[in-house]
Amino acid sequence: MTDDERTIYYSKAVNEALDDELARDDSVILIGEDIGCYGGSFGVTKGLYDKYGAERLWETPISENSFVGIAVGAAMMGLRPVVEIMFMDFLALALDQLLNSAGKLHYMYGGQVTVPMVLRTPGGAKGGYGPSHSQMLSNLLVGIPGIKVVAPSTPAQVKGILKAAIRDPNPVVVIENKRLYPQRGYVPAEDYVLALDKAVIAAAGQDITLISYSSMTPVCLAVKEALKPVGIDLEVLDLVSLQPLDKESIFASVRKTGRVIIVEEACLTGGVGAEVSALISEHCLDALEAPVMRVAAADMPIPSALALEKFVLPQAEDIVAAVKRIREY
Amino acid sequence: MNDLISSSDLLHMYQRMVSIRAFEETLSGLFSKGLLGGTSHFCIGQESCAVGVISAARESDWLVSNHRGHGHLLARGLDIARVMGELMGKLSGYCGGRGGSQHLCAMDRCFLGTNGITGGGIPIATGAALALKYRKSDNVAIAFFGDGASNQGTFHESLNMASLWKLPVLFVCENNLYGMSNPVSKSCASGTIAVRAPAYAMHGETHDGFDVELVHEVTSAALARVRAGQGPELLELITYRQCGHSKNDARVYRSREEEAHMAERDCLLLTAKSLRQRGVSQEDIDAAAEAARQDVAAAAEAALAAPAGGREHALDGLFA
Repeated sequence: MTDDERTIYYSKAVNEALDDELARDDSVILIGEDIGCYGGSFGVTKGLYDKYGAERLWETPISENSFVGIAVGAAMMGLRPVVEIMFMDFLALALDQLLNSAGKLHYMYGGQVTVPMVLRTPGGAKGGYGPSHSQMLSNLLVGIPGIKVVAPSTPAQVKGILKAAIRDPNPVVVIENKRLYPQRGYVPAEDYVLALDKAVIAAAGQDITLISYSSMTPVCLAVKEALKPVGIDLEVLDLVSLQPLDKESIFASVRKTGRVIIVEEACLTGGVGAEVSALISEHCLDALEAPVMRVAAADMPIPSALALEKFVLPQAEDIVAAVKRIREY
Repeated sequence: MNDLISSSDLLHMYQRMVSIRAFEETLSGLFSKGLLGGTSHFCIGQESCAVGVISAARESDWLVSNHRGHGHLLARGLDIARVMGELMGKLSGYCGGRGGSQHLCAMDRCFLGTNGITGGGIPIATGAALALKYRKSDNVAIAFFGDGASNQGTFHESLNMASLWKLPVLFVCENNLYGMSNPVSKSCASGTIAVRAPAYAMHGETHDGFDVELVHEVTSAALARVRAGQGPELLELITYRQCGHSKNDARVYRSREEEAHMAERDCLLLTAKSLRQRGVSQEDIDAAAEAARQDVAAAAEAALAAPAGGREHALDGLFA
């Protein structure tokens, strides 16, 4: 098969990861709404029901808190459930089991149990989905001890990350993204896993570091390309892991460029960007040539109207404006 | 009198119940001496539910308990000193002191944990049952919860899914008539809990939870059906917590007359009476009770003497 033929959608890469792991390990089961013949709300589980059947794919009623709790119970008994929450906003309905069970059990039960479950959910706005179907809630998740949080940005990344998450003995939330699902990229066919705690330099540069994750990484890369002709050389550091943060990679890039803009689709306040900024000020103040800047969603619900949505969500031109500000500082 | 339970079995069950009562009373004393932190939810008066149900289960059936779980832990036969140690925050405790009363797990005894979130254990037990069914085990999961938890979404959601998927789980509702201060009459529109079972195409029964022999008998029958693959069931046991909800409860929501009336149905008195009717001597009954109390006293001493953890025990072990 040529490389061209292995250029597949992000959603298909998720599907391949699930398919591989279902085939590899019979303790892997899928749990979620409409993941059977419908193939999942975004087509991610397409074909898996025909291949693995009802014994492996547990199609649930609309009962998020309990089916996440069921995954916790099954994981305590040695299965490796992979749960789909259809839209990240619906995580609110399952927060108790994530916060009070999945994240705490291994620690509070003195190491007697592990909870090897994965919770996959698409965050982010796709354009017009409105207030209850559009949020990137990474800021909520990174405040829950005991849960690893990853937000891969490319098809190749999501495949290797999801497979690693499924094999990890701890609860892992894999934040997918509705705007990434239809993006394509080269994905190796072979079995591979990627580190759950490592950031990657998506594009190296000398002048300014853009730190991003999930759907904002391709936007940052586009901004890099757009500013190349005017002689601005941006570095794009893709966090991949939000909890834990890869501090070494963050600090190395900051020390290289001395200027940092953190770009994320989540609300500005109290999230990943705020945490990264705090870490940089604690550890790299001497290397900074300008204040750390942030480009994020406004602290607002996301309106349905496309005409309004763009004013709440971070846009490429907001990043360009931040680049201008940080250069002029 | 119950033919399924021999007199020596019943005497043993009585001893377990006394040890649970003694355990709770000992804890109460330790609280007043300032030797225990936080809070605790005692099950005084409800011992017959824990012992009746768990004595009918296999040792390999998985238990999930709630915030009021000391009875379940002791009825499963956990090491009392290690349970006590856990409550005292000692390294000798089952979870090294990290869990305490409401978060106590013993995987080697098929005890998936007490749970501090009301209704939080119900889906966990359902998930355990899913795993048992998936692995074609003939063991059963048993979820203990109270009348209060039956108003949580997790109760309704989990019963629905368990029934849809015919999972091997027995839902045991210990209806002690109050969710903290709120009487069932003000919190549960259906009046009793078991009548909710048919809404989920599930068999439900309500029984007198004060009668340990009856509880054992109805649980045995329910477990046999669940184990045979006939689907999950809901068993509601009417009981009464003679103490407050937690250690600081002045019980302003109910009368002392009501409490005195309910104390006549004390499961220890009823069981002792049944033992006498079976011809067991008062001397043997007293000896069993005394042995139970001594076990608990020795366990408390051992737990008090055990060391507590340090910084490394607090800050380590978040991830596997």
